[in-house]
Amino acid sequence: MGGKLVHAISLYAALFGLWLLLSGFFEPFLLILALVCCAFVVAIAHRMDVIDHEGQPVHITWRLLTYLPWLAVQIVRANIDVARCTLSPGRPIDPILKWVPAGQRSDLGTVIYANSITLTPGTVSTSAEPGRIQVHALTRDGMAALEKGDMDARVRAVEG
Amino acid sequence: MSVLLDILSWLLLMAGSFFVVTGGIGLVRMPDFFTRLHPSGLVDTMGATLIVAGLVLQAEEWQVSVKLLLVLVFLYLTGPTATHAVAHAALVGGLKPWTKGKGKDQD
Repeated sequence: MGGKLVHAISLYAALFGLWLLLSGFFEPFLLILALVCCAFVVAIAHRMDVIDHEGQPVHITWRLLTYLPWLAVQIVRANIDVARCTLSPGRPIDPILKWVPAGQRSDLGTVIYANSITLTPGTVSTSAEPGRIQVHALTRDGMAALEKGDMDARVRAVEG
Repeated sequence: MSVLLDILSWLLLMAGSFFVVTGGIGLVRMPDFFTRLHPSGLVDTMGATLIVAGLVLQAEEWQVSVKLLLVLVFLYLTGPTATHAVAHAALVGGLKPWTKGKGKDQD
């Protein structure tokens, strides 16, 4: 139950932060209304039983923040590769559909891995099961890079 | 300073547009549904990122920048999910992926 409180506080902080950023109001009266409003939303979310480690993944937030810059570099590289495949004459593509192992222990980890694969142009996840993900790659090189397992290991590290 | 920001902003917008146009060309050039998904990934990763970055530099209030960046965050979360759903649906629906040996386009 202690974990649940952390998730509720994290949701409250996220809601109030979003309220401040989107409204830009800083008058005391309006701030109090916002605090009450956010508390109300957290109460409703608690009643609906949707406050959990998947909606508020506080346990991996810091490790996720170190993973994202690496992912950004991979996305830029993949973008340039796919742009070259698209624009070069003769269309140098060799698409392949294959299952790759996914060593994540939780659903959340598998989803992060599958989303990272899709976010990187040149590879799209088409099915996900515990332990493996089906990937469609535009080139054999793209599939080979994924099969080296670097991204898989990094997402596993995010899980902790 | 503002001229410098304008130049940087326009460079980002042009680079983003390049990736969007490339994605569009890819949609036309690729042989089948699954291979068309890949160029469309250019549009919602580099294309969207560079264009939003260029627009952030044009924004006069910090709130506008925050909202633009939120657009990007939601695009990163929803884009891959939608792509996965569409690709999975196509596969479950029995669409066979094009492979190199097959030769003929199956448009």
